[in-house]
Amino acid sequence: MAAEKMTAAQAMAMALKAEGITTVFGYPGAAICPFYDELYNAGIRHVLVRHEVNAGHAASGYARMTGKPAVAVATSGPGATNLITAIATAYMDSIPMVLITGQVSSEMIGRDVFQEADITGAAEPFVKHSYLVKDADDIAVVFKNAFYIAGSGRPGPVLIDVPFDIQKTEIEFEYPETVNIRSYKPSVEGNKLQIKRAAAAIAKSERPLICAGGGLFTANAVGLMRELAERANIPVVNTMMGLSSMPASHPLFYGMIGMHGCRAANYAINHCDLLILLGARVGDRAVTAINRLEGATVIHIDVDPAEIGKNLSVNIPVVGDLKNILAGLLTQIENYDHYEWLQQLTGEKESQDKPTVRPKDGCVNPKEFIRMLGKSLPDGTVICADVGQNQIWTCANINLENGRLLTSGGMGTMGYSVPASVGAKAASPNSEVIAICGDGSFQMEFMELATMRQHGIFSKIIVMVNNRLGMVREVQTNMYGDRQIAVALDGSPDFIKLAEAYGIPASRVTDISQAQQAIDALLAAKESYLIEVTVDENEKTIL
Amino acid sequence: MKHTISVLVENHAGVLARVAGLFARRGFNIDSLAVGVTDDEKISRITIIADGTDYTLEQIEKQLNKLIDVIKVRHFENHELLTRELVLIKIACQPSQRAEVIALAEIVKAKISDITANTMTLELSDSVDRIKNFEELLRPYGIKEVVRTGSIAMQKGGVSMKL
Repeated sequence: MAAEKMTAAQAMAMALKAEGITTVFGYPGAAICPFYDELYNAGIRHVLVRHEVNAGHAASGYARMTGKPAVAVATSGPGATNLITAIATAYMDSIPMVLITGQVSSEMIGRDVFQEADITGAAEPFVKHSYLVKDADDIAVVFKNAFYIAGSGRPGPVLIDVPFDIQKTEIEFEYPETVNIRSYKPSVEGNKLQIKRAAAAIAKSERPLICAGGGLFTANAVGLMRELAERANIPVVNTMMGLSSMPASHPLFYGMIGMHGCRAANYAINHCDLLILLGARVGDRAVTAINRLEGATVIHIDVDPAEIGKNLSVNIPVVGDLKNILAGLLTQIENYDHYEWLQQLTGEKESQDKPTVRPKDGCVNPKEFIRMLGKSLPDGTVICADVGQNQIWTCANINLENGRLLTSGGMGTMGYSVPASVGAKAASPNSEVIAICGDGSFQMEFMELATMRQHGIFSKIIVMVNNRLGMVREVQTNMYGDRQIAVALDGSPDFIKLAEAYGIPASRVTDISQAQQAIDALLAAKESYLIEVTVDENEKTIL
Repeated sequence: MKHTISVLVENHAGVLARVAGLFARRGFNIDSLAVGVTDDEKISRITIIADGTDYTLEQIEKQLNKLIDVIKVRHFENHELLTRELVLIKIACQPSQRAEVIALAEIVKAKISDITANTMTLELSDSVDRIKNFEELLRPYGIKEVVRTGSIAMQKGGVSMKL
């Protein structure tokens, strides 16, 4: 491609096209106008969100479905700072993303002019990397590097801040074909000797366990993980981020670990003699359930060496891309029999289920509702779980056989599910995409119903209404003598009427006998649909 | 325990902020930090003395390596290193005291860099311990100001830290 004369703003749009970007999520403002003008010409679909943070969350949902960096755009100052929560959310969950922000003109920077914010400075703790473009000629290389950095190694958000005058500067544009960043060479291959040691440890183990995390999705290695588990008869548990990497009914699957996990999974992690961590950073909410790992050997496979040994001491570290390492491991793994160990775990699994508690009149047991929903879902359904009690109810009970579960695992960002569902649906228009949230989180994100309507991105919504910030209420009940403060959501609107105001049909479920009909209506709807589920305000997070 | 860490970084604006910010937000304490350009003007070298356990040190190295602008990170044991710091010390010094201060400076190989009717400014490049010792020796005269550069360090022997 020969160099062409154009403005940097046009070059930015051309760079997106060169990266195969067809959809961006954003919210314009004066400082980013030159770029928006070029989007108009470039034929890139722009989804107008109703708050910048949701541009970031939508890009996250989009990126998680495509496996490639997705793009969110905002203007300078408040537009940019509104993105920060989404950037931090993506950083914690290793989601590839490129954020483009407008900045005030170069000569004005540092003078506290209108809508000026030092966004590269403010976002620094939460980005994989960031650029403040000071020379318009750097645009092509900056974009090329940003997409490469966001998507390679351990993925993450990369921010590009472009001053207004730079966008308008005429440059010679030629998009580079290759990337060469001397200080950034992620190791992906995996040390052969370490892989051999891991294989030997698996051969020797009597009670091995795979703990599969979110890294399996980023590495596109879910299939290889299942192959390893099935060939060597190794039971599998998930971190929250790893959920949906195994079909729920798979005989080798024992559920989610952690403080909100299930008994069988936590039993498994505490009784294994070999723990194989795959793309899991075992955050504190996952580790709390581990109390007697001392005797076990730990193999940790992760692309980020900094995660190895950070939260858990490791015997056999393997740094690299899970796909390469699992492929290497599979050539050395035979069919092992762990009959007794599996029997033991199955016994735990069968005895963990308690009878469903009948809720008070006019309320629905949310766990029962989620299980019913899970059984009704078509193949390939994407569930976006929000944060709070609804997240745990969903993660522990949805039991996906074939589909994806997206949630804000590390950051625990309320208001993630609806915008993430918009992004996921935009990326996978033929999949059923359902956001499940609480009445607290929904009120942080319901403005995006307008985005769904405007752009015809028809994800669906289930709101668990207990008129409480339920998880905080539970903490206050258990730890603060039930002195409930700032957890009642009195004053909330009628969510059925709210949905209708956006032209979205909705139904309310106040008894489990109405649930199946509502679920069927939601799944049959060609466009968006909302179900409100009435839940007891004292409903527990875990049974 | 004190650790000496040498970091080669791209000589870009904002790199020092990224490195310093990383230390702050991960809870690593910096005792001393010195930065300057290397023989390759596109590369700067940061020398950091930090306090922490072996676990902290391992995390510092790994997290530094994750910064895109960081080219190379090395941690050195103290016995491997030649460590130097430059200090400027301004003391009160009456004409009658000059001879003994000059004698003191000669013993520790410090330079007299500035002199006025009743002050004297001394300059010393040495190890941190010897600089502290010198400062104590001058304290009785009345220290008016002390400026230290922070330590820089280089590996002893023929090896060098290059790309």
